[in-house]
Amino acid sequence: MADPEIKSYEPHHESQSAAVTESRPVKAVLMAIAFAFLAVFLLLPLIVVFHEALAKGVGAYTEALSSPDTRSAIRLTLLVAAISVPLNVIFGISAAWAIAKFEFKGKAFLTTLIDLPFSVSPVISGLVYVLLFGAQGLLGAWLKAHGIVILFAVPGIVLATIFVTFPFVARELIPLMQEQGNGDEEAALSLGASGWQAFWYVTLPNVKWGLLYGVLLCNARAMGEFGAVSVVSGHIRGLTNTMPLHVEILYNEYNAVGAFAVASLLAGLALVTLVLKTLLEMRYGAELAATRGH
Amino acid sequence: MTTAPAKAGWRFRQPSVIPGFGLTLGFSLAYLTLIILIPLSGLVWRSAALGWADFWAIAVDRRTLNALKISFGTAFLAAVVNVVFGTIVAWVLVRYRFPGRRIADAMVDLPFALPTAVAGIALTTLYAPNGWIGHLLTPLGIKVAYTPLGIVVALVFIGLPFVVRTVQPIMEEIDKEVEEAAATLGASRFQIITRVLFPGLAPAIITGFSLAFARGVGEYGSVIFIAGNLPFKSEIAPLLIVIRLEEYNYEAATAIAAIMLALSFLMLLVVNLVQTWSRKRYG
Repeated sequence: MADPEIKSYEPHHESQSAAVTESRPVKAVLMAIAFAFLAVFLLLPLIVVFHEALAKGVGAYTEALSSPDTRSAIRLTLLVAAISVPLNVIFGISAAWAIAKFEFKGKAFLTTLIDLPFSVSPVISGLVYVLLFGAQGLLGAWLKAHGIVILFAVPGIVLATIFVTFPFVARELIPLMQEQGNGDEEAALSLGASGWQAFWYVTLPNVKWGLLYGVLLCNARAMGEFGAVSVVSGHIRGLTNTMPLHVEILYNEYNAVGAFAVASLLAGLALVTLVLKTLLEMRYGAELAATRGH
Repeated sequence: MTTAPAKAGWRFRQPSVIPGFGLTLGFSLAYLTLIILIPLSGLVWRSAALGWADFWAIAVDRRTLNALKISFGTAFLAAVVNVVFGTIVAWVLVRYRFPGRRIADAMVDLPFALPTAVAGIALTTLYAPNGWIGHLLTPLGIKVAYTPLGIVVALVFIGLPFVVRTVQPIMEEIDKEVEEAAATLGASRFQIITRVLFPGLAPAIITGFSLAFARGVGEYGSVIFIAGNLPFKSEIAPLLIVIRLEEYNYEAATAIAAIMLALSFLMLLVVNLVQTWSRKRYG
């Protein structure tokens, strides 16, 4: 390997003494284990999705994607993401501003609470809304009396999605803004900027790549969420079926091509997310530094 | 929301020239309360309203106990598998240079990005008796799909990035001079790894384990396709919650959820204690 870039990155790589790296056979074994593991657990599942989707040809694939139920599932998934992601972005920015720019009592506790949805099973995230809004729920009777439908309808799906994607933007922005400190904003304010101007022209450009990173992850989860949405959706075809739920229905009907065709769209979304995420890390790694190891 | 009444020497917040504290904290707290805290406390309230006797009856129901055992047992096994292989993967990605390293590195995040239902049907297809991997295992008498082993496979997929992404940054920070120093003092490579490198990595490995474990206990989407979902055999706790809900048995669903939450928090507490201990011992 005489790649100049690799050389400059680690100039002594070739001449490293045996004591600080493994012997060649050990190295080869470790790499073989790692590759085999990644291939079996990550690569094969990805390949099988596209393989099964196209198992009966391109015609069957496009036909499966153009069915009205599939189209309505795609529309619903886009709608849910379009509502829940911006709301979590507004929350994420607001929480990061309060937590990163100020010192106040209970800050650590608040940060822990924001991470809470990550340690709750998706099924439980859906369940809490059923307990609140369901027929036997705390607000069930009141909602019914006023003709408000939340459960087994779009509002419930949106709420459950917001719950499970809640921490994504905030936890990207908080460490980033903490690392950057208040100096830039204080300079802007002392030069006569309003608070809003300081945020819009100073803070936002500083954190834009971190924000985009958080939005990417938030969006991937919002479009792909299954457990929480499954509990609150009611699985009404053409009405409350998101793409992941539609995958399940088609799969349970032994419609493999249909299920994997819809799944291939979601897998495509996952791949796009990964590519964009990797590009962001490569190009703006320094500006995302605090967020590595998510 | 404004600053709390000023007791002498006690301030709710440090003074700052940056504006917007009240607005952003107020909005964040309101949103957090509405979306997360009120619904979650509804769950606590409902399970408290059950009464101790009813709660206990659901908790020791054989089907509940089995589901909890399967969820926690498979999640534990999967987390152990991930600690072993995830650490090897992280090591190879950090220490070795080979073509395609960036792609392999990016691939590790696939389970974060791929919807769980997609992972579920893909893994089931692979490990079914006639699948690409399943047909290799069937002659050996190993059944993966529709058995508890299938649950472990799904949870290994789900948990892998948690271990790799926790251990990887710590590995990157290891100062090679420490290894060189150990080598000049006559330590073998094996001694360096077990005595010098591993202690530094232990807290990260424990964190990765606990994250993968916690995620595995609650996982639903990828598991239900591959598990076979036989009560007492391959039925996970989150699925039992869904089944109870579909029977309109809100009480049982609530109780199982409360037990799961309590066990998860207990586990996180234990992990935190172990971590503090290992930091003290090796730190």
